[in-house]
Amino acid sequence: MKFKKLMSMALVGVMTLATVAGCTSGQSSNKDTFKIGGIGPLTGPAAIYGTNVMNAAQIAVDEINAAGGINGYQIEFKAQDDTHDAEKAINAYNSLKDWGMQVLLGTVTTTPCVAVAEKTAEDGMFQITPSASSTDVIVNDNTFQVCFTDPNQGTASAQYIGMNEIATKVAIIYNSSDVYSSGIEATFEKEAANQGFEIVSIEAFTDDTATDFSTQLQKAQSAGADLVFLPIYYTPASIILKQANDIGYAPVFFGVDGMDGILTMDNFDTSLAEGVILLTPFAADADDEKTQKFVAEYQKRYGEIPNQFAADAYDGIYAIKEAMEKTGCTPDMSVKEIGEKIIPIMTQIKVDGITGEMTWNANGEVSKTPKAVIIKNGAYVAY
Amino acid sequence: MDFITHLINGISLGSVYAIIALGYTMVYGIAKMLNFAHGDVIMVGSYIIFLLMSNVGVPAIPAVIISIIVCTTLGIVIEKIAYKPLRRATSLAVLITAIGVSYFLQNSSLLLFGSDPKVFSSVVNLPSIKLANGMINISSTTIVTVVVCILIMIALTLFIKKTKAGQAMLAVSEDKDAASLMGINANATISLTFAIGSGLAAIAGALFCSAYPSLSPYTGAMPGIKAFTAAVFGGIGSIPGALLGGILLGVIEILGRAYISSQLSDAIVFAVLIIVLLVRPTGILGKKLHEKV
Repeated sequence: MKFKKLMSMALVGVMTLATVAGCTSGQSSNKDTFKIGGIGPLTGPAAIYGTNVMNAAQIAVDEINAAGGINGYQIEFKAQDDTHDAEKAINAYNSLKDWGMQVLLGTVTTTPCVAVAEKTAEDGMFQITPSASSTDVIVNDNTFQVCFTDPNQGTASAQYIGMNEIATKVAIIYNSSDVYSSGIEATFEKEAANQGFEIVSIEAFTDDTATDFSTQLQKAQSAGADLVFLPIYYTPASIILKQANDIGYAPVFFGVDGMDGILTMDNFDTSLAEGVILLTPFAADADDEKTQKFVAEYQKRYGEIPNQFAADAYDGIYAIKEAMEKTGCTPDMSVKEIGEKIIPIMTQIKVDGITGEMTWNANGEVSKTPKAVIIKNGAYVAY
Repeated sequence: MDFITHLINGISLGSVYAIIALGYTMVYGIAKMLNFAHGDVIMVGSYIIFLLMSNVGVPAIPAVIISIIVCTTLGIVIEKIAYKPLRRATSLAVLITAIGVSYFLQNSSLLLFGSDPKVFSSVVNLPSIKLANGMINISSTTIVTVVVCILIMIALTLFIKKTKAGQAMLAVSEDKDAASLMGINANATISLTFAIGSGLAAIAGALFCSAYPSLSPYTGAMPGIKAFTAAVFGGIGSIPGALLGGILLGVIEILGRAYISSQLSDAIVFAVLIIVLLVRPTGILGKKLHEKV
């Protein structure tokens, strides 16, 4: 008995030592690998975005590691779930910092991103969001975007509809309780004044009333709108498509990046989305070599066609690589040191990614050419 | 023409509120408690239909019937476990328990079904009706909702007036202790009320999710609150009041959204409630309260 007790004591001792040793070795591994964190909704109403972003980021990281890493150092990538919630995003940020994150790719959606951007600004951390598109995200100098800002999406959509003469009478249904949606709506409305179509109905809803759109659709139909602009996420959009079908209203539906993901929703009847046009910087059926390679790898690993969020995240990782290589960053540098080096260089680099050739201005906004896709037979086709 | 369409949409939404409000009002009338978990029973019922229809391939009507059975059982179990031990406790304690049950149902569903919204396939698959040369288009879900709501109202009224169990309910709602002395099993009557209320919740869930086909663990929360408002609006404890309150609430919400502001529709609904309660504190059809000394 006594021997057994002694043994167990010794075992406990060894295990404690092992934990301590584990800790120190964990910290020292910081010196030879870069640690990039990712935050986004991996569950919840915007989960499709988060999983696409994290999957694609992992592909980019693996590619870079296979090709010798950044400045000869390997990269580690770790993703955390924020369920599209600001409070959970802050928790995710803190736990990634404990892990040793040096640069942040994220967050994926706007509202949490605004909250996290405050934290990264305090810490001087370089942050690049693949897809949070509000201008509120980039108020601080340390934050950059891979996607278009909301104002640019609204303006670009209005120009696209005007230039291609898709419609003459346009209705808008937007979510007034969401900065993303109301931001795009405002610039769309402004730019529409310069275009050859007329806005005949502007209707809003809020997160609490995002189930019944019969009134908004009825008003759009009565106003004779032949196009309904939907600067909203795909979950309410899927209900709108169903309810429009129920009342026999069939205009052209035009969405922005929030519409991306509608085809991969569980149990969604994709025939309802037939003919929906959406503004996107990325078309998975593009025939350039880079896109094809990325799409093939994504399909091999995850069995799905990647959406533009995936493409933005993939390009985001390459933007981080480019900036780090230009400034000769090493993994032993602190969060602040890396931030101070690469934030100023961002306006000077040019990244030729799968979403186009990107440059950034000092505000953190990206510049690239918008494209649009139309949904045909349940897939995106270049418009 | 637009006005008529809006009105129809309002009645359709209001009918769902009315069915949910019936559950609130019956439980309040008999057990004198607000069952805030009622909205979440709707969500559970909808998930059951969703899983049966899309994962198992059960046709719509059997799926709804199974869902009603499961929800009825769930209602009785909730009552037995969470509320019955508190029969003699303060009403505040019961209220807090009800909120607890509500969160328990929401979080368990999060765990079981995940938080990503599911696209609910409608249980009503009939063609829509066109009137006035196609100017007015009424979806089959709308018609079924209104018809089901009216049928439920008639059935409930007959049940309460004509059956022994219904009379027992009336008696318990008047005075529980006196009813017990007369040989009515008050506990069984309360259980029956929960069973009926929860069965109605399953029907409401099927209709609500057919009209607004997005299902998440929080789906029941907002209609639950609105239906509670409808019950208070119509006079809590009164069955015709629940119907009237529900339909009025739905119509006000839709007309407010159509003619005043689509952003303020909820604010308008609750403003109307406040005004009604200022003028008639017991609701439109509510009984005047006699303070017992």
